[in-house]
Amino acid sequence: MAEEVVLLDFWPSLFGMRSRIALAEKGIKYEYKEEDLRNKSALLLQMNPVHKKIPVLIHNGKPVCESLIQVQYIDEVWHDKAPLLPSDPYQKATVRADYIDKKIYDLGSRVWKTKGEEQATAKKEFIESLKLIEKELGDKPYFGGESFGYVDVAFIPFYSWFYAYEKCGNFSIEAECPKLIAWAKRCMQKESVAKSLPDQQKVYDFILQMKKHFGIE
Amino acid sequence: MAVVELFGTWFSPYAYRVIWALKLKGISYEYIEEDIRNKSPLLLQYNPIHKKVPVLVHDGKPICESTVILQYIDEIWPQNPLLPADPYDRAVALFWIKFADDKVYLMSKLYQADGEEQRAAVKEWLEMLEVMEEHALIGGKKFFGGDEINMVDIAFSFVAHWLGVLEDVVGLEIFEPHKFPRVSSWIQNFKSIPLIKENLPDADKMSAFSKHGREMMLASKSN
Repeated sequence: MAEEVVLLDFWPSLFGMRSRIALAEKGIKYEYKEEDLRNKSALLLQMNPVHKKIPVLIHNGKPVCESLIQVQYIDEVWHDKAPLLPSDPYQKATVRADYIDKKIYDLGSRVWKTKGEEQATAKKEFIESLKLIEKELGDKPYFGGESFGYVDVAFIPFYSWFYAYEKCGNFSIEAECPKLIAWAKRCMQKESVAKSLPDQQKVYDFILQMKKHFGIE
Repeated sequence: MAVVELFGTWFSPYAYRVIWALKLKGISYEYIEEDIRNKSPLLLQYNPIHKKVPVLVHDGKPICESTVILQYIDEIWPQNPLLPADPYDRAVALFWIKFADDKVYLMSKLYQADGEEQRAAVKEWLEMLEVMEEHALIGGKKFFGGDEINMVDIAFSFVAHWLGVLEDVVGLEIFEPHKFPRVSSWIQNFKSIPLIKENLPDADKMSAFSKHGREMMLASKSN
């Protein structure tokens, strides 16, 4: 049966990148559709009526929403190649990526969206959170252990935004979290990651445009 | 024989999710009541990052976060499944569980608010209920899980029982049954299930406890 896979996405989206990586890891051919978020397509609104957000994975006409749910779904359906989640139920239960969504994403946003005192606080908290994650990594090559897995997929997209965060906040993430950067560079050596992440300079240019749009100096 | 322990608090909707799941599957467990103002060393050891309940401990191994716990329970004890077997149906169920989980904060948002903030909180509640009504309960199903409850029903349980207590505490009627007929039907069906009916914290007790806490909190806010 011909599998039809479509991904509704937006090139700088950290969440979209996760699904791109998962699809690439499994070697799945899909149609990538770029959305203009200021002018959302009828297809997007139909496929994600509740949130009207990207990414949306459409498999044989049926939508799957929420990036981490998409990664899990991709892992389950195309389970014969490159497993992303552990098979052991207890290990699966301890493999957590929601901290990344709840903390890192919000703190990172505040780093580029604010200035002065607010930004200083955001930077401090952002680095603290990155250090916690670095501690989780420990001396393992990947969060998943010996092989690239679910948490790696969930977190590596942020690397494409690091340059933008650093320039906006005037700090070096590598100086604060060298192990994390080493991990990121290791992940970037994988083709599935390298071709799914946008160029860091391009992301920074995009952020500068957003700042202008929001009137942030 | 494996030992299952559950750390919870008597009013926590999250703890009840785990209680129902364990009972649905017929798993015996030891329940440990935690005083959130005076957390036990064991709890802090099992959940060092968030220090919250519920925590399920299976054979000495701790699992935190109610949704994660429920998925774990479902895998270890597959009888009376909480999630669909089909990957697509499961993805849809997980979507609604995330939606519900992302909205539970509305409980404390409304609890802590007065004046303008309260109006904003009520608006958000109504928006959530509308999504449930228009998108989640379509198809004339008795439960989110179909003919039987599943993890999605459990995830939305805060709407079925805890919302009523909250309305009493803040003195507002937010949920008008005639405006949300599907949700209303679902609430009645959900609370009629013996397993649920017999395992709910006492509404009056929760109301009195919460009212007192709210008075104190609002008083300290205005000082």
